[in-house]
Amino acid sequence: MGIEPVTPARAVRILTGALVLAAAVAVLTPLIGSSHLNLGRAWRGEWPDAQVYFGVRWPRTMLAMLSGGALASAGVLFQALLRDPLATPYTLGVSSGASLGAVIAISFGLHNFAGMPALWAAALTGAAAVLALVLLVAAEGRRMSSFTLLLAGVTINSVITSLIMLLHNLASVGQSFAIVHWLMGNIDPVDWPTLGWLAVFILPVSVSLCFFARKWNLMSVGEEWAATRGASPQALLLWGYLAGSALTAAVTAVTGPIGFVGLVVPHALRIRFGGDHRVLMPASFLVGAAFLATCDTLARSLLAVEIPVSVVTALVGGPIFIALLRSRRKSLWL
Amino acid sequence: MSVRFDLRDVGISFGAARVLSGISLRFDRPEMVALTGPNGAGKSTLLGILAGLRNAHEGACLMNGKPCSQWRRAEFARLVAFVPQSLKLEFPFTAEQVVLMGRTPFGGGLFEGPRDWEAVRNAMEMTDTQQFRDRDFRSLSGGERQRVVLASALAQEPKAMLLDEPTTFLDLRHQVTIYGLLRDLARNGLLVIAATHDLNLAASYSDRVVALKSGQVAADAPPCDALSCENIREVFGVTAEWLQRSDGKAWISYGN
Repeated sequence: MGIEPVTPARAVRILTGALVLAAAVAVLTPLIGSSHLNLGRAWRGEWPDAQVYFGVRWPRTMLAMLSGGALASAGVLFQALLRDPLATPYTLGVSSGASLGAVIAISFGLHNFAGMPALWAAALTGAAAVLALVLLVAAEGRRMSSFTLLLAGVTINSVITSLIMLLHNLASVGQSFAIVHWLMGNIDPVDWPTLGWLAVFILPVSVSLCFFARKWNLMSVGEEWAATRGASPQALLLWGYLAGSALTAAVTAVTGPIGFVGLVVPHALRIRFGGDHRVLMPASFLVGAAFLATCDTLARSLLAVEIPVSVVTALVGGPIFIALLRSRRKSLWL
Repeated sequence: MSVRFDLRDVGISFGAARVLSGISLRFDRPEMVALTGPNGAGKSTLLGILAGLRNAHEGACLMNGKPCSQWRRAEFARLVAFVPQSLKLEFPFTAEQVVLMGRTPFGGGLFEGPRDWEAVRNAMEMTDTQQFRDRDFRSLSGGERQRVVLASALAQEPKAMLLDEPTTFLDLRHQVTIYGLLRDLARNGLLVIAATHDLNLAASYSDRVVALKSGQVAADAPPCDALSCENIREVFGVTAEWLQRSDGKAWISYGN
């Protein structure tokens, strides 16, 4: 099977497809739910369809899409930088840092901080602290390489996870429930300003990552390879790590850790379209967004009770991915 | 612009191990240089220093008067290409995409222009790799990969090329054609510095042989002088003999 090169025309074709998919998910998933909505009525602003559609379900869909897009982008980026197909947005400890922050906030019963829910502020602080710590350890004494970054990140991730278990162990029953709920990851309805802030941060970072696509191609082959082809591996590693971590931290602070999106969406797209980040990076954002919003819709409408979205991403995404692997087994891409 | 390398008293240690010391060499014209020596003599390290990949060394390694590690990477890559010993990919790229990466130092944009595609086409033709253009790089054999990596370096249209054992995995026909290609490029203005263990390829294709032993220059001369039987015994620890082939060319035979 021949694979076409990534020309502008082919990139546009693939990305238009991904964009149509994302747009369809954005418009259609808010229609699904316990009360039946009519799209026409909602767009005409008729009550109650418009209120439920735009006021309740659409912000939730948008949060799911922003989160899914950011996580898939961060996943692609970390896989390239670490040259590790198993890397996820969480490999380097940012989400466990956010979780530790959130767990501390829950354990100490903090509620509000500077107008932001204390949970979010604590999660962001925790993520930033871990990020600084990983950089400090990875760059200690010698040049930072993807190898030192991976070792530092994975080690610190384990340490933080143990701290979370320790705090969890000491917490009261009520706090324990809140901790478990947070650690499972949830797309809860958010207000429009929160959504706005997230979008203002996530969209420019994700888009700018796409413009470095050729550099990520080089880094995904190797650091020497990148250095002898005009790139600066040190700088790319540093900025890529910061950007990917910032995306992950912003999302995790609001939703808690949501697994699977950052691992499986990039792989599915790689199997289909190859490893060129000029297609992979933007397509991961769009398909990741569509995937998580679809999973969240299933999570809130499949059973009478809402299921944690992380459960759905794995239960739905796993079989789809395995089917994709099997159908492509004979292809040259595997 | 042509490329000149000037090494002055270059040395480097990895921990307690002294890998190179007191290396002073000049490469100031287009020629084909074979870099040889036993395992651990420092060939790859020396190539790494020339490629600007190792800056924690003593002495000075200058490319056109400026230390290799201080060049802007993109400017350096437009003049000097580096071919690693082997390349292992974790992710699916076609052979053509790997070659296209050689055009990264030239492009500001997201996509390659016609000039880039032309360079890629030429490079793939020269290395006889067009037929697996659309195949996953990881599905290629060792020798095929080596030729694709060489094509990627040729696509950079460099003025100097540093190669780390470029023919290890190649079949006989491709060993001969690749060395022939490198020699032709050297005649047309390219400085080629290739690490190799194959003394006969070194002897028949290169203009100059640099032999390293224990991190020091043991010989730096045209092949017939650098690879004298005495030098070969001294550097590699084997006895060697120059034989006359039926076509009149010389051949080195070695054993114990």
